[in-house]
Amino acid sequence: MSAAKQVILGAYFPGVNHDTVWSDPASGSHIDFASFEHWARTAERGKLDLLFLAEGLRLRTRGEAIFDQDVVGRPDTFTVLASLAAITEHVGLAGTINSTFNEPYELARKFATLDLLSGGRAAWNVVTSFDAPTGENFRRGGFLHPSQRYERAGETLAATRRLWDSWGSDAVVADQESGRFLRDEHVGDFSFRGEQFDIAGRFSTPRSPQGHPVVLQAGESPAGRDFAAANSDAIFSRYQRFDEARAFYTDVKARVRKAGRDPDEVKILPSAAIILGDTEADARDRHADIRSRQVDPFTSIVLAETVWNRDLSDVDPDGPVPDLEPAPDAPKWIKGRAPLTQDAHATAEAWRELGRREGLTLRQVVTKVFDRNVFVGTPSSVAAEIDRYVREGAVDGFILGSHVSPSGLDEVVDRVVPLLQDRGVFRTEYTGTTLRDNLGLAPASRFGEPGTAG
Amino acid sequence: MSAHPEHPLHLAVALDGAGWHPTAWRDPQATPQALFTPGYWTALVRAAERGLFDFATIEDALGLQSDDHLSTTDRRTDRVRGRLDAELIAAFVAPLTSRIGLVPTVTTTHTEPFHLASALATLDHDSLGRAGWRVQTSVRSDEAAHFGRRALPEIRRDALGTPEVDAAVADLFEEAGDAVEVVRRLWDSWEDGTEIRDAATGRFLDRDKLHHVDFTGRFFSVRGPGIVPRPPQGQPLVVVLAHGRTVYELAARSADVVLVTPQQASDVPRVVAEVRAAEQAVGRTGAPLRILAELVVALDPDPAAARERVGRLDGLAGSPLRSDAAIVTGSPGELADVLQEWRAASPELDGFRLRPAVLPTDLDALADELVPELQRRGVFRGEYDSVSLRERFGLVRPASRYASTPEVAR
Repeated sequence: MSAAKQVILGAYFPGVNHDTVWSDPASGSHIDFASFEHWARTAERGKLDLLFLAEGLRLRTRGEAIFDQDVVGRPDTFTVLASLAAITEHVGLAGTINSTFNEPYELARKFATLDLLSGGRAAWNVVTSFDAPTGENFRRGGFLHPSQRYERAGETLAATRRLWDSWGSDAVVADQESGRFLRDEHVGDFSFRGEQFDIAGRFSTPRSPQGHPVVLQAGESPAGRDFAAANSDAIFSRYQRFDEARAFYTDVKARVRKAGRDPDEVKILPSAAIILGDTEADARDRHADIRSRQVDPFTSIVLAETVWNRDLSDVDPDGPVPDLEPAPDAPKWIKGRAPLTQDAHATAEAWRELGRREGLTLRQVVTKVFDRNVFVGTPSSVAAEIDRYVREGAVDGFILGSHVSPSGLDEVVDRVVPLLQDRGVFRTEYTGTTLRDNLGLAPASRFGEPGTAG
Repeated sequence: MSAHPEHPLHLAVALDGAGWHPTAWRDPQATPQALFTPGYWTALVRAAERGLFDFATIEDALGLQSDDHLSTTDRRTDRVRGRLDAELIAAFVAPLTSRIGLVPTVTTTHTEPFHLASALATLDHDSLGRAGWRVQTSVRSDEAAHFGRRALPEIRRDALGTPEVDAAVADLFEEAGDAVEVVRRLWDSWEDGTEIRDAATGRFLDRDKLHHVDFTGRFFSVRGPGIVPRPPQGQPLVVVLAHGRTVYELAARSADVVLVTPQQASDVPRVVAEVRAAEQAVGRTGAPLRILAELVVALDPDPAAARERVGRLDGLAGSPLRSDAAIVTGSPGELADVLQEWRAASPELDGFRLRPAVLPTDLDALADELVPELQRRGVFRGEYDSVSLRERFGLVRPASRYASTPEVAR
């Protein structure tokens, strides 16, 4: 009998989003290293696969005012992950880093350094941006046409992998007797020429334990899905409801196959939150309470504004979904936040329809549409659901968040992980030494040999 | 010379590869296979902390090392080549140490000031107020080609002093000055107490305490505010290595600490005077630059053994050790004499950044022999007496320039 399919579990540190209930007495600092330390130690106690940090390169604004309602401000991803590398031994360290406002040479050496410092636990969630307001913070400015963002992302990744491959694992000889430090005078040589980059020279950081740190991506549009299927080791998605998760999984794994890769080589990991109760009824009550604090009246207006792209201050959150038309082509009303819809008119109509059909107010519609909490129940029912999602091919695992940080992960690790272990679908000890090992991914291509990981 | 409580001796240590001798990695005590491991750096910084050093710098660049720092890759295979990112090494050792300042080298030439400001502010948060930054420019054309955004003229040593080269170098320093200015503004862009978590009004922060920095210069513009709340020190310590007037002026405009390279005690008063003149020339306000002199050091209780060790490494290198800084090869007591002699030459010399010739050998000698010797002589502290790095240099925690009401230093 073959072993049960294993669940992958990661945890994201709640950052700048409305899901974080900062007014909860249990909510701690989002900046102090002590918070990150607590979170990382909890994850490692639970034998989780990886830690995940999101990114933001500007503060959000609504109209012209800096947004002051949600958690604002976050530390630098690379720096926090390097500090966490020092106080953990096994858990993967995944950072979301923008391919638009960073250069391959710097990215490659930072990730190689993180992989060396952590003994092979680095991962990169590649994101793109064409957001001109974000460009206002960078010397390049808002230079990138939206149509070029995947071109730049693809070239950034290809150039970065070329840099990682420019030092073989045998490049450092360091033989004190003979006086040979480097294997030869060509160690580090690289060149890369594309539409976005024309770079050449010598890379300066040795090959890291994973060779190529694990690459994660999120992609929802067909182009994004194809890009992720062709380029990544894992895909971060926001599809958690079983049917939509399985549809996404089936679609993306087919794209992976079409890209000439083994579908098992790309793991699909939606974000999710777990809300526990001692009984199912307890859990539902707790869920309702948390949702009402996450989506307060003002937040429901702001979330609607991200779809309508206009000021909805005058709209009553306890009234129906407004009949106003969205203004997708107007200057951005809320800047610094990822768009929540591809087609604002269709989304607005769908919300209206949902409100009419179920007799819901705007706030109730928003609460329902943005409910990211898939798993509401007792520890045993939640463990069973997680197992089912993986067993039935809807996901390979989850990246877990919580409405409080840094302690929100504690109860998952204390109450759910042991049940997954009892079911034989989650590790009881770390077995691999690198994140690739723990995720069941093949080693990256070795220097000078045909690549197996792109 | 006795201890001056009002003018304490400052000691920093400069960490790079296997040490500052080009063939340090071939010394029997060196561990060249470990250079790219976290344990190597942790052990070095902990040794410096054991020696109560004010801070440790970590060298870095966006290209491979070269025997001539101006030249492009020299393709040597008999020297240490390759580095880890210095800022990430500092971040890694932050939770493993508690007192020593952590000062990575980061160039301003190809980097984004916004990323730099975030990274260094976060290093300050993670280290509880021990972060610094050694500002560096990159003149090398091969490093420019690693980014492909602009061409830098190849600068040959024999072309230094020509108008084109001087103009190119002046641009790099001007850009560096702009970068430091933007980074400092971004650190200030969150006033203290911005995060209020006022549940009654539903406001997580007080947006009146957040500020656009709106910097526009010749090289870039940055709108801000930053994304990282103001770090514990307010502003991490900014350090610049300077060999002449142009860079003294950059330091006077931008830095808290300047590293200088007198060749002997009698040079010290002149160098200090040049630094002070540069401060005047740029109209520096606030605290005067703290001035640390650079020395390359190779130590052994038996001075002859120290000379013999360097001689052996010189033999392997094929030429005697040379440096921009003066070199002291001898016993820890002899080094202590030199430090006291230089301090006596100018009361305005605040201390030294020492560059160990061989790591960890010469760092261990500094921590375990030089420092106790200085303590015996009553010229160096017996324990760390401050947590924040700025405080150690007697620098106040600056108020945010954008604060409407004066902040209380903490």
